[in-house]
Amino acid sequence: MDRFGNFLKSLTLSEMRKGLGVTGRYLFKRKLTVQYPEEKTPQSNRFRGLHALRRYPNGEERCIACKLCEAVCPALAITIEAEERADGTRRTTRYDIDLFKCIYCGFCEESCPVDSIVETRNFEYTFENRGENVMTKEMLLEIGDKYEEQIARDRMADAAYR
Amino acid sequence: MCMVEVEKVPKPLPACATPVTDGMKVFTGSELARGAQKAVMEFLLINHPLDCPICDQGGECELQDLALGYGRGISRFSEKKRVVKDKFIGPLIATDMTRCIHCTRCIRMLREVAGKVELGATGRGENMEIGTYIEGSLESELSGNVIDVCPVGALTAKPSRFKARAWEMLQHASVAPLQHASVAPHDSVGSNLFVHTRRGQVIRVVPRENEEINEVWLSDRDRFSYEGLYSADRLTAPMIRVNGDWEEVDWDVALQAAVDGIKAQTSTHGSEQLGMLVSPTATLEEMYLAQAIARGLGTNNIDHRLRQGDFTGQDSAPLSPSLGQSFEQLEGVEAALVIGSNTRKEQPIAGHRLRKAAVAGASVMFFNPVDYEFNFNVHAKVIVPPSRMAQSLAGIAACFPDAGSSAGETVRTLIGAATPDDTQRAIARALKDAGDSTVLLGNAAVAHPEYSLLRALAAVIATASGAVMGELPEAANSVGGWLAGVLPHRGPAGEACASPGLTSRELCGNPRKAYILLGVEPEYDCWDGGSAAAAIATAGFVVALTPWASEAMKANAHVLLPIGPFTETSGTFVNAEGRWQSFAGVAAPYADSRPGWKVLRVLGNLLELDGFDYTSSEQVRDELRLKVDAVSGSIGSAHAAVATSTAVSGLERIGDVPIHSADALVRRATSLQQTPDATWAGVRLCAAQAEQSGVGDATSIRVQQGETSVTLAMEIDERVPTGCVWLPAAIPAAAGLGPCFGPVIIERA
Repeated sequence: MDRFGNFLKSLTLSEMRKGLGVTGRYLFKRKLTVQYPEEKTPQSNRFRGLHALRRYPNGEERCIACKLCEAVCPALAITIEAEERADGTRRTTRYDIDLFKCIYCGFCEESCPVDSIVETRNFEYTFENRGENVMTKEMLLEIGDKYEEQIARDRMADAAYR
Repeated sequence: MCMVEVEKVPKPLPACATPVTDGMKVFTGSELARGAQKAVMEFLLINHPLDCPICDQGGECELQDLALGYGRGISRFSEKKRVVKDKFIGPLIATDMTRCIHCTRCIRMLREVAGKVELGATGRGENMEIGTYIEGSLESELSGNVIDVCPVGALTAKPSRFKARAWEMLQHASVAPLQHASVAPHDSVGSNLFVHTRRGQVIRVVPRENEEINEVWLSDRDRFSYEGLYSADRLTAPMIRVNGDWEEVDWDVALQAAVDGIKAQTSTHGSEQLGMLVSPTATLEEMYLAQAIARGLGTNNIDHRLRQGDFTGQDSAPLSPSLGQSFEQLEGVEAALVIGSNTRKEQPIAGHRLRKAAVAGASVMFFNPVDYEFNFNVHAKVIVPPSRMAQSLAGIAACFPDAGSSAGETVRTLIGAATPDDTQRAIARALKDAGDSTVLLGNAAVAHPEYSLLRALAAVIATASGAVMGELPEAANSVGGWLAGVLPHRGPAGEACASPGLTSRELCGNPRKAYILLGVEPEYDCWDGGSAAAAIATAGFVVALTPWASEAMKANAHVLLPIGPFTETSGTFVNAEGRWQSFAGVAAPYADSRPGWKVLRVLGNLLELDGFDYTSSEQVRDELRLKVDAVSGSIGSAHAAVATSTAVSGLERIGDVPIHSADALVRRATSLQQTPDATWAGVRLCAAQAEQSGVGDATSIRVQQGETSVTLAMEIDERVPTGCVWLPAAIPAAAGLGPCFGPVIIERA
């Protein structure tokens, strides 16, 4: 009986028809595919991408070298060295984030008392050489300057929940 | 914060100020008590800024800890917080007075422990401010302790300001411990300390509690000298001189060059032309290996007593100098006679113990060439020029009937010739009447050209009065040097040498063809800096094992071997009590430097000497320990004498070593060099003497000692006796001048 059933199925191509039916149904369904990089999926304002160091509107860097981010980092990706600046304030002389170690947990951002270290929405970055994975203070400040508007907007949107 | 509820009392009471009565029922955690505690916390935080993230105390702050336990999550205080201007209180302590919670612990610490009221509170209530009133640097040698007692971040350490957070330096659960126990390297107290490191680098030093030695205190010198560890002239690699130019080379090359150079000199000129000067701050292991090398090469020309002025009594000296008692016992004496010592500045913690004794009612008396300032009531003092010290000390001895009858000829003559005055009698009486008493010899006595005479006289006084005779050796391992046998006349554990070599003074006075220097800067560390520097400069071959290379060192040495200072090597210091304190290396070796004992061990191997097969510093220590423990009976006798008294005509120099010039490490500590103790570099003399020498109104004068002369600033100071010039040794301004004590000529610049 089984053999006869199988013979009939293959003769009528019912399996193929079933399969093509699925293809046919999806052909006319609403598409989910996003044409990256031309198209992008929507992002949350809490997205945790590439890090940045922010400045105050007057241009002064926010970071005060409290090293809470360094202490909280579960992957030990942050390295900070601090010193007294000429004007007597406490500032970093080195602020490195190793992006290979970073697990993008966002603890650094949460621990920061002055909203200096943040994770931006940028997730599209590459390295071509070894060593480029370490983001220095200058690089992080530059990213901060570049995305400041977006960063500020995102923090504002989330302010009520923090 | 100590509010508690007491049964049948309607209001909470402060536990610290409520006497306990029989049958009292106290509730420390009741609702009422907790409420009161929380209310006090809220008051404490009213004016305290929320700047924990930038505060150096953050993470080790008592107020932070309390706030965590008793504080509210949210502040209800919406009024303006007070802001207080920061005060300048010196190069060592940074202030953030807005953070002050007015506990006044710093005031109490300086008044009760350091013995000098340097901080005080002005204003009341909201307007209360802690400060010096008249701006100026704190002068106490224990001032750094206010950093430890301050519960908040109002007083923090300036040299390590903002360098690291507390949690980076304290015990860290997941990483290796970052707080390391060590021993202070500057004085013979051997204060226990913790070295806080971060990534293998020393960040700061804090005291380690040891009630038997330093209690919970630490002198500024021990606390802040770490700054010198990484000074700009720190050696990064072994160096040899090739055609007059310095070249960085591998260890093999440098060690071979050292061995070849030494061998060349000893084979052509004989081994007696080799001299070895060892710093008394070197570890016991380094000292033991150094003397083994010297003796292996067939010479006894080795010494660590670099600032000792007289060696005539060295054969009768005991196994090692000793305090003769513990520091705790020192605190309990009823009378003490201190000979030739500015104890406060030379051994700050010992000075603190003496102060405690004096405050408790002991008669502490001084016998000094300069009327040093002390932070307690001095019962009696004798201030005489160095050349009259022996005579005057004999005056005290003469107050005791039959004193010195068993002493040597010179001592007996001196005592016989003395006619005691009232002060001397008072001193003798105080010593005699006291239950526990002690006679101590300090740095100025050891550096005195008649040291053995002073020592013999001190011993006479001690015996006659029933006092404990003791010494306050100068450096961290002065005692260790004696035990390890870094002496020309004795080997390890006091074993006598058949043919004694040259003492440090002779090694400087009679230049040798080759020198090995272990952590020594001859121009500053030696009794006669001028001739020491000259001897090194004329030598055919000089090997220097040193962490740092000064310009003078580079000009004269031929091979420089970088060794680690006390933070980078394991080792042992023996303190004045005779306590062996071993410590481990706490910081990563700087660049290419190596622990000194390893370098000496390999040097021994390359020189093909026997017995240099140690694999750890403990092995070296244990070998010496066995020898020292095996010493039976006493060595030497304090009474045997002695130098002959030499009269000095004209002016004489008093060349004590300032607190922050004592050794190579502290001389490089930049913050300490800015303190009032270190900034004065000149000559002091009393008005009468200035008038007599015709320099009464001069601000700078020319000082000539031997053939060298320097021009220095001058100050009138009535603490200096007539006939003397107080010109500190071991400071750059006086470099090149002769012995610490000796005749000088002054004239208008």
